[in-house]
Amino acid sequence: MYDAVIIGAGMSGLAAGIRLAHFDKKVCILEKHTTIGGLNSFYRVNGRNYDVGLHAVTNYLSDRATKRGPMVRLLRQLRIKWEELSLAPQVGSTIAFPNVRLDFTNDFELFEQQVAQEFPAQIDNLRRLVADLIDYDDLGQVGIETSAREVVGRYIDDPLLVEMIFCPLLYYGGARERDMEWGQFSVMFRSIFLEGFSRPFKGVRLILKNLVRKFKSLGGELRLRAGVDRIVAQGDHVDRLVLEDGSEIEGRRVLSSAGWRETMRLCEGPLPEDVPSGQLSFIETISVLDTDPKNLGHDRTIVFFNDSDQFCYEKPDGLVDLRSGVICSPNNFAYDEPMGDGMIRITALANYDRWARLDSEAYRLEKLRWYDRSVAAAVEFMPDFRSRVVDVDMFTPITIHRFTGHDNGAVYGAPDKRYDGRTHLNNLYVCGTDQGMVGIIGSIISGITVANAYCLRE
Amino acid sequence: MTGAEIKEAVIEILSDIAPDEDCSNLKEDVAFRDQLELDSMDFLDIVMELRKRYRVQIPEEDYPALASMASTVTYLEPLMKDIEK
Repeated sequence: MYDAVIIGAGMSGLAAGIRLAHFDKKVCILEKHTTIGGLNSFYRVNGRNYDVGLHAVTNYLSDRATKRGPMVRLLRQLRIKWEELSLAPQVGSTIAFPNVRLDFTNDFELFEQQVAQEFPAQIDNLRRLVADLIDYDDLGQVGIETSAREVVGRYIDDPLLVEMIFCPLLYYGGARERDMEWGQFSVMFRSIFLEGFSRPFKGVRLILKNLVRKFKSLGGELRLRAGVDRIVAQGDHVDRLVLEDGSEIEGRRVLSSAGWRETMRLCEGPLPEDVPSGQLSFIETISVLDTDPKNLGHDRTIVFFNDSDQFCYEKPDGLVDLRSGVICSPNNFAYDEPMGDGMIRITALANYDRWARLDSEAYRLEKLRWYDRSVAAAVEFMPDFRSRVVDVDMFTPITIHRFTGHDNGAVYGAPDKRYDGRTHLNNLYVCGTDQGMVGIIGSIISGITVANAYCLRE
Repeated sequence: MTGAEIKEAVIEILSDIAPDEDCSNLKEDVAFRDQLELDSMDFLDIVMELRKRYRVQIPEEDYPALASMASTVTYLEPLMKDIEK
C-alpha cells in the first residue's frame, strides 16, 4: 500500500512526487510510456537530440534578488537550486504582424519602448494594465470567470495592439478559442512579458532528468510502461488501480495528471456530469540546419507571426491553419557556447479530427505537404533557410495525443480548469494541465499545489 | 533541546526552505513575515519540516504561534524538551 500513487511522469506528476517523497511518503509514479515527460519530452533520432513541447521555460529570474513569483516558489518547494536549472535567457523575441513588429526581451522596458513607438496613444494604457495585473494572486484561485479580452479592452482601445498581446499568450497557454480567463491572462502575461523566456543549453531533458533524480533520491518509485487500465472505486473511495498488464496497485491517495475527462474515463460507476474536451492542437515542424540561424541573419529566439490584423486562435477547419504560427530557434538563447546544429521549429494550429481521419499513406503525404507549407509560411517572417536544411522531423495532433493521452491532442487540456483538484471520489485528485496553470512552470506548480493541499496535511 | 538549540533548528529549516534569504540575523520579536518573503506554502513547510525532522505535530489552530522566532521557540520548548539534539 502506497501513501500516494501518481498517474503520469510529466512535470506535474514528478513535482507532486518530489513533494510527497521529501516528506517521507511512500510514493509511486505510474507512466504509461517508455519515457518520462508527457507533453514535454525529448528523443534522439539519427544521432540528434530533439525536444518536444518546450519552446522556452517562462518565468525567468533576471534579478536574483527576486523572492516572489512562481519560479521562486517552485525552487523553494522542490528544494532545487536556481543553478541546477542552468537556464540561459532569450536573446530576444518578436510579435510580427503585417505592418508592425514588437520586440521583447526579458527586460520589460524594451517592450514598453516598442509599444510607445508603434502605439504612442496606448503606452499609458499598457502601463495601467500592467500595474493592475501585477498583483493578481495566483494562489487565490476562486473560479471567478472573467473574460481577459473584456478586461484588457477596458485599458487598451487599439484592437491591433490587443491582438498582438494576445498572440503569444494564447499560443503558449490558450486552452480555449480566442479568449482566456483573466486570472490565467495575468499569470501568463507576467510569466512571458515581465519575467520572460529561457532554456537550458541541453534542453528540457535536463530539467526532467533533474526532477527524476531528485524524486528517486528521496526514495520515490517510478514505473515506466505502467499504464492504468481502470480506477476501481468502492463507494466514494478509490480502492485500487488496475494496470494495463492486469496487475493491481493500492494507494491511500491517487493523483492523476492524465487530464480531467481522461481520468474520469478510467473510473467505473456513476460519473460526474461530462464536460467538454479541449480542441486546440498543433503541428510542429523541426528543421535541422547545417549552420547557426544567426549566420543567416536570424537572431530571434521566438517569432509569433500573424498574416493579418486579426489573430484567429481557433480550431482550424482544415488540417492546419497557417495564417499564424510560432517560430522558435533554440540556438538563440544566450548560452556560454554555441549549440552546434541549427534548429528551427515552427508551430501552427491544427485540427485533430482531420488528421485522425487520414489513413496511414495519406497521413504520411499530408505531413510532407504541411512541412513544406509551414516552412513557406514562416519564411515570410524570417530569412529563408530552406537551402540549409539537413534533416527534418514533424509532429501532428496525433503524435500529441499518443504521448499525452489528452483528448484531441489538446496541448493545453480542457477549456474549463478544475482549480480545487478534487473529484467525485474522496481520495482521487487531478493535477497538471487540467487542474490549473499550463506551461512547464505552471504544471510544476500544479503538482506542488495539489500535493500540498490534499496529501500532506494530516 | 534547549531554547537556543531549537532556535538554531528553526534557522536551519528556514534556510533550507528559503535559501535565497539571509536567516542569520532575524529579529526575535518581529514576525517572520515582516523580515522574510514567505508565502503560505513556505509556512506550511516550516510545520512539515518540524514534523519530518523532530516528529513534532503542530495542529493547524496553533500555526499563529509560529509567527516570530520568539513565539516559535516559546511554543516549541515544551514539545521538544525531551528531544536529543
